[in-house]
Amino acid sequence: MKFTAIAAISSIALSSATSAIAGPEAEVLHWWTSGGEAKSVAVLQKEFADNGGTWTDMPVAGGGGDAAMAALRARVLSGNAPTAVQLKGPAIQEWYEEGVLADISSVAEAQGWSAVLPASIAGHMKCEGSWCAAPVNVHRVDWIWANASVLEANGIDMPSTWDEFNAAAEKLQAAGIIPLAHGGQAWQDATVFEAVALGILGANGFHKAFVELDEETLTSDAMVAVFDQMRKMRGYVDPNFSGRDWNLATAMVMNGEAAFQIMGDWAKGEFMAAGKVPGEDFLCLSTPGEGFLYNVDSFAMFAVDGEDKTQGQNLLAELIVGQNFQKVFNLNKGSIPARTDVALDEFDTCAHISAADMSASSLSGSLLPSYAHGMALRGAQSGAITDVVTAHFNSDMSSAEAVAQLAKAVANSY
Amino acid sequence: MEFPMSEWLENHLPKIVLAPSFIAVLVFVYGFIGWTAWVSFTRSKLLPKYEIKGFIQYEKLFASPRWDTAFENLFVFGALFIIIAMVVGLLLAIMLDQQIRTEGLIRTIYLYPMALSMIVTGTAWKWILNPGLGLEATIKGWGYNDFSFDWIVNSEMAIYTIVLAAVWQSSGFVMALFLAGLRSVDGEIIKAAQVDGIPTWRIYTAIIIPSMAPIFLSAFIVLSHLAIKSFDLVIALTGGGPGYSTDLPATYMYAMAFSRGDIGQAASSAMIMMLVVFTIVVPYLYSELRTKNDG
Repeated sequence: MKFTAIAAISSIALSSATSAIAGPEAEVLHWWTSGGEAKSVAVLQKEFADNGGTWTDMPVAGGGGDAAMAALRARVLSGNAPTAVQLKGPAIQEWYEEGVLADISSVAEAQGWSAVLPASIAGHMKCEGSWCAAPVNVHRVDWIWANASVLEANGIDMPSTWDEFNAAAEKLQAAGIIPLAHGGQAWQDATVFEAVALGILGANGFHKAFVELDEETLTSDAMVAVFDQMRKMRGYVDPNFSGRDWNLATAMVMNGEAAFQIMGDWAKGEFMAAGKVPGEDFLCLSTPGEGFLYNVDSFAMFAVDGEDKTQGQNLLAELIVGQNFQKVFNLNKGSIPARTDVALDEFDTCAHISAADMSASSLSGSLLPSYAHGMALRGAQSGAITDVVTAHFNSDMSSAEAVAQLAKAVANSY
Repeated sequence: MEFPMSEWLENHLPKIVLAPSFIAVLVFVYGFIGWTAWVSFTRSKLLPKYEIKGFIQYEKLFASPRWDTAFENLFVFGALFIIIAMVVGLLLAIMLDQQIRTEGLIRTIYLYPMALSMIVTGTAWKWILNPGLGLEATIKGWGYNDFSFDWIVNSEMAIYTIVLAAVWQSSGFVMALFLAGLRSVDGEIIKAAQVDGIPTWRIYTAIIIPSMAPIFLSAFIVLSHLAIKSFDLVIALTGGGPGYSTDLPATYMYAMAFSRGDIGQAASSAMIMMLVVFTIVVPYLYSELRTKNDG
């Protein structure tokens, strides 16, 4: 009996070993190394192994992906690209132009991706018409988070216009509460800025300004109004905000020190981790104005040699967009699935709002890429805009001057 | 047969031993300087390209307000840092030179910040200068409610907090340099001056300090290269903020190369940094070499 058991085990080990050699292989470069993110990647890793694949993990932490990009550059230059790389937005197209991406259209067509992904998100995954990347999740950026009991104690409702927001902020300030929890880092300034811009410029104006870089819109009176509102926002943060990390700002809302935070839905993860309940302890609502700013993580597929690796790439792409992974991953990460046909029963109320708004705005054409999170523009252009936004927010620059600088910086960034 | 071989070896051994490091320096220092210079004349973005396009990257660089701030900061920071660190270091050295009893202990205390990395210095000063945590909060806590010290969150003043932390870090080292210089001045001359009844401050200003000129030059060279390559202190203390008001050329270059995928901009800013270093170092080397030849 014992003998047969050992024989059985060794034969299983043997068979799995042989299948590992012949089966699909994938080397995956990513920077999801912290708590919830690492857990989310482990889900994909396990699914890949369950389907007979061999996963070589290549996590490169640090600098919000900067270190991973440096590693990627070195690998591509030495002619040895990883199978799949965590990339997003226009960066995918930039790498495509270097001629190093693979075509995974066969998988995408077999799985019917175009039927289940919103059109504007699918657009990011295509390189000149053929599929070259697989979307993982959708983060919404234009959220406003609030402490429910602080709002109740001061008789304030969630604001639906920026004027209401300003009125609420002044009321809170008079009551000795910090209206807006904010961290003075360039990307956080840009996050608030794009939420304000979406509200004031509208979906159409936002697209013109931050996707098309239309000079007329960038220098319009509406843009001056956006900077005017930013100047007001500057007055609603505490004097101590410089350099603060976003999760510390979220903690200020949690403990009632501050009332609101404008941040993407990764902030929800902080609330949840602290055991807060959406709708009871904290409130979520999209920032004033029509539209939906998305930040979609995805894996770009790089051209690789060898049948094992191509198989691995195709399997990986299939699993990433698969229903199961989309659900489990996004439950862990606080975002919503990129495909629209995943059952959302296990998701929280904020995720329900997000998913409903995504479908609605996809139909109305106001589903827009986030400029602050590198979805709308290439690094050099979005960086040039962020420089102006953060310089204006952190000094006494006038709105008119900021608009003039904005047009100049964009023109100078090509 | 054996004899000429060993003679040949004797003649060539130094060259053979030095060759690997010579080649390494040639390739990894001068070779890559040349590569960077080449790339700075191209339109490289995400990956390096080698088609020469002229001075476009330099034009863009000097049209960028962020680079203006970074370049200006280099001079503000560099000048203040070098001057203040030298003055503070000299004063500390002169005070320590008064044959006080606990000199060894005090010297160690002042020299100690040099043992810390700039990251530690930056992080510690970030907390000290944070208006809600550090000095300002403490003094307000004592009841002085009007006290305000918010340089680090004020984009006009934040660059001076970098100077403050850098001076704190380096002035002990400068003190040690000057102390060695003070001790090397001939005691006979000082005694002669004292016999003539010359006041102590005159002895320092007219005799001791002028005879320490080479030490000043060494201190200046050490401090100026610290200033130009400053990167870690800015990253730890302010992260370049508020806004980009405390950017230095080194942090600008890093942002362009690694965050923005704009290698051409990064290369051109690196070349400008190197030119700044050259304008400081070349006259120094020139004067050094000339005095040796004259001697």
